[in-house]
Amino acid sequence: MLIYNRFYILIINYYVIATHENREVTLNEGQKAGKIMNSQSSVDLVELCKKIRLTLCEVSQKTKTPHLGSCLSSVELLTVLYWQELNIDPLNPEKSDRDYFALSKGHAASLLYTTLAYRGYFSIKDIYEHGKTGSQFEEHPGVNSPAGVEVVSGSLAHALGQFTGMALSAKIKGLSNRFYVLMGDGELNEGTIWEAAMFAAGQKLNNLVAIVDFNKWQGTGRSKDIMHMEPLEEKWTAFGWHSIRVDGHNISQITEALQQANKITDKPVVIIADTIKGAGVSFMEDDNNWHYRIPTTDEVIKIAQELALT
Amino acid sequence: MRNAFAKCLLALAKKDDDITLFYADIGNRLFNPLKEVAPERTINAGIAEANMASMAAGAAKMGLTPFIYTITPFTTARNYEQIKIDIAYENLPVNIVGTGSGLSYANLGPTHHSFEDIALMRSLPNMVVLAPADSQELTALMPLVAEDIRPCYVRIGKKNEPVVHQDLPALVIGEAHVVQPGEKVAVLSTGTIFPVAKALVEQLNLQGINAELVSFHTIKPLDEKYLYSAQKKFERLITIEEHNVSGGFGSAVLEFYNEHQLVIPIHRFGIPDHFIDQVGSQADARKIAGLTVESILGSLTKVLS
Repeated sequence: MLIYNRFYILIINYYVIATHENREVTLNEGQKAGKIMNSQSSVDLVELCKKIRLTLCEVSQKTKTPHLGSCLSSVELLTVLYWQELNIDPLNPEKSDRDYFALSKGHAASLLYTTLAYRGYFSIKDIYEHGKTGSQFEEHPGVNSPAGVEVVSGSLAHALGQFTGMALSAKIKGLSNRFYVLMGDGELNEGTIWEAAMFAAGQKLNNLVAIVDFNKWQGTGRSKDIMHMEPLEEKWTAFGWHSIRVDGHNISQITEALQQANKITDKPVVIIADTIKGAGVSFMEDDNNWHYRIPTTDEVIKIAQELALT
Repeated sequence: MRNAFAKCLLALAKKDDDITLFYADIGNRLFNPLKEVAPERTINAGIAEANMASMAAGAAKMGLTPFIYTITPFTTARNYEQIKIDIAYENLPVNIVGTGSGLSYANLGPTHHSFEDIALMRSLPNMVVLAPADSQELTALMPLVAEDIRPCYVRIGKKNEPVVHQDLPALVIGEAHVVQPGEKVAVLSTGTIFPVAKALVEQLNLQGINAELVSFHTIKPLDEKYLYSAQKKFERLITIEEHNVSGGFGSAVLEFYNEHQLVIPIHRFGIPDHFIDQVGSQADARKIAGLTVESILGSLTKVLS
């Protein structure tokens, strides 16, 4: 596994890593990654997403931790955020003017840890400690999570309220930070989401962006069969938000939506991202068993082949 | 007492730009002076108490000193999970103020009673639990609460509670306040039921039982030093609270002595384990709950004689 990890690190350092609006991004991992300006980023981020997917599957297999389907549906969303959008610095993870990201769907913790590792916050080998006793990488992000994890999650629908409070506080203090919250569609069942949604719109918090990973499944069923979901864009619009709908696996569309969000001045923005649960692995796609199932070692080999990362 | 809260908060907000109030659409005109001084830090969170608790946690993360305020059951029981995770687990300096606690809103029925809030709050790690006896104690505690970096729950009354301290008492969070020293028994009271405790002590003294009167304005952390010495000094202890007799202050005292295997007779008085409805006043509700001097004395007569 260590060989794999080192391999990834080397590969990534050769990749053209995207930046956004002249924001320069420096890779960490103890490597001498250069500052690389933005260019045709989409292709490269696609490759990066494949590597993140394989690592997610390997971590799940090695550590016997679930929720792969939920992780895989959000890979592109986090990748675009962390490589193109967020004003962050892995070498200075608590810099005061940073943008904040909340993984509200905390059961996808492995995706957050993996993304942060690839982004250079800590070593990729560290995340193989996921779920172990004494590990910082708990199955849901806790208070002992490493720097880069901005909020505790696991109980659904807490983060939008917290980030609404943070966005409001930034306004009170005259700060320029922006706040991004990723939620699942099942999470929208929770009433507190809509308390926060109405308040944020009422206060015109244009520094707040909510993203819904709309993978059409929740823990034990089709989300639309349990609670009335659609029309989701209109629902958020009716709550006072600027709504954008994208293909949540299309890097260009995600990028454009986030750029558009930066230009909205009078309300918070929601990006409804249509995604596929288990995306990127043929035998996991749209199969809700992978909310809980753990892949076997043979399946991980198949996944590596599928992703052309053998 | 809520007026004292608003007044204290105003004084604090004038001196400290981080003091921020979130209130859940109550307190008609109560916070108008605060709005004039700090309009952007006087925030009506709407009738959305769960979100209010989460937002206050976010505000604390951004360096503000938030107070959240509404009627007690709605900012303790209704939003308990947000308090548990966003405030207590994250260990953020959010100050939760519940007004009209206990049976203050007796006439409004069980929806507005809070007799479980001490139990809920004291079972959360990191949480400080305070119940001042009157507006003077609240006034003494407020600056301490504002500067305390721990999450704090402050259980207060409604309005026109009797003022029991003529002067502003010097209080320390976590230290019991002995109002009147005694020798034979100690009456330990928490919160706005204090006048009943005071009257009880007067009656006991008239009967020749030299009683100590103590305000336990801090329920957590419990003043263990006082309790150690009380066990040595007194023949028995009496606890009084306007809260379910199970799980609250009296229970905390029992737990302390059990934990340390110390023996002393303890008589707990609180709200019996049933809902109280069809009452028109706090005085009537206290009668039904047995939280009157007469009722408590009646219960104690056999053991004290």
